[in-house]
Amino acid sequence: MDASTNGFKSGSRLERVLRAGHYAVGVIALQEGLEPVMQMTCRDRNRLAMQSDLLGAYALGLRNVLCLTGDHQSFGNHPTAKNVHDLDSLQLIQMVVGMRDGKCFQCGDAIKGAEPRFFVGAAANPFGDPFEWRPLRLAKKARAGASFIQTQLIYNVPRFADFMARVRELGVHKDVYLLAGIGPLKSPGMAKYMRDEVPGLDVPNEFVDRMTAAADGIDKEDKKARAAAWKKEGIKVAVELIQQVRQIEGVSGVHLMAIEWEEAVRPIVEGAGLLPRPEPEPIRTAA
Amino acid sequence: MIIAEQKPFEEIKGLIAEAEKVLVVGCGTCVTVCFAGGEKEAGILATSLRMTTKIDGAAKDVSHTTVQRQCEWEYIDPLADQIEQADVVLSLGCGVGVQALAERFPKAIVLPGLNTAFMGLPTEQGVWEERCAACGSCILGLTGGICPIARCAKQLLNGPCGGSQNGLCEIGHDTPCAWQLIYDRLKAQNRLHLLMEIQPAKNWSTSRDGGPRRIAREDLRLAAQVSE
Repeated sequence: MDASTNGFKSGSRLERVLRAGHYAVGVIALQEGLEPVMQMTCRDRNRLAMQSDLLGAYALGLRNVLCLTGDHQSFGNHPTAKNVHDLDSLQLIQMVVGMRDGKCFQCGDAIKGAEPRFFVGAAANPFGDPFEWRPLRLAKKARAGASFIQTQLIYNVPRFADFMARVRELGVHKDVYLLAGIGPLKSPGMAKYMRDEVPGLDVPNEFVDRMTAAADGIDKEDKKARAAAWKKEGIKVAVELIQQVRQIEGVSGVHLMAIEWEEAVRPIVEGAGLLPRPEPEPIRTAA
Repeated sequence: MIIAEQKPFEEIKGLIAEAEKVLVVGCGTCVTVCFAGGEKEAGILATSLRMTTKIDGAAKDVSHTTVQRQCEWEYIDPLADQIEQADVVLSLGCGVGVQALAERFPKAIVLPGLNTAFMGLPTEQGVWEERCAACGSCILGLTGGICPIARCAKQLLNGPCGGSQNGLCEIGHDTPCAWQLIYDRLKAQNRLHLLMEIQPAKNWSTSRDGGPRRIAREDLRLAAQVSE
């Protein structure tokens, strides 16, 4: 990561595989001069653990939290684990906002001393079903108090545009900063995997075809050259997607998910004409 | 009803390995209806155990009996003599039945022959599905008669997560997305407004999280009647 981004999401491979704790990673990012967005999921922690983590994370300087339901543990490397789901993502948003604006814990007890004042985000998947429910769910998250939204990875731009049209009808785009999710494809295999295997993703065939065609004419044995051609095309696709989603009214920005390919971030941001990044305002401490 | 299925035969053989005399006790209620531990299954299991232990060269004395309900004292009390004579009791009741026998006959070694799975119903011949998680605080009135606690993999209360696709849950196995079902039903009933309400954090204290549960009805208790 470098100065090519304004936020850094301390996620862990779609929340599936065990990784270092989000707020520990967030603190390391903070020390590196980045502004982290800490993810918090309902799968692994109950309301006590989450509030405890929120207090700790805030004390260590984190200021942004993305409230997620969390992928089911059966996708990860601990499929026999017990899940928690004490709260769902809507209730998590309410809880973080309640700690900030109501200065009280979920149980209603007042927070003595400085309350954690997080900038609260939530996720939206424009491609989940039922399709007509998705803008309504986003509206519900905004009503619960979310200030920013990070969407699922977007490849099907026309369908995303339909989703955004409905979001604008509901007026929700005025209540939240909506960041469209963009992720560079690394190979035709990755495109196919995301098309066929990842629930809630919509990858049209044209992207699989484009990625495949990128290595046309390159000797099958020259794996290095083929990988380089795919990566170049993947970055190009990502840049085009950014340009397309930015044309859609109600999209405030993008968030990049270069899964296991962080080096792609700079060329994408650069290619999309988004450098240099504006200097972020310094993080305010608690009032 | 309570749905259960028989443990793998090898596991059952392992459970009774040390015993000479085995009493298999079936139950005539839920597990009979789901073909896991009724009179017929108790008979087949007892016969199978007799045959296999004979073939293995250490024949066991395996008998069987079935009571109407393993979860009530009055039905299991008459088993006292048979249980007394057995080295182990292999219950084909649900987990409640196993514990009822163990509680009523504390000297007996009571072993489970079934894995108790869930509360549900047969959706077709040979297929059973979970319907209730006994959370102790029913919200079916808000969800079109479809329970997200029992039927959503994440027990969500505010609509489907991003993993709902083509009516199916992200966990796969052709599991229907409970919230898609709820959405469809409420939409058909013109009651979608119910989904726009933010359901607050659930009180789980009535569920298993509050510890073992107990209901005491003073209007029904004999002691209460006596004191009146």
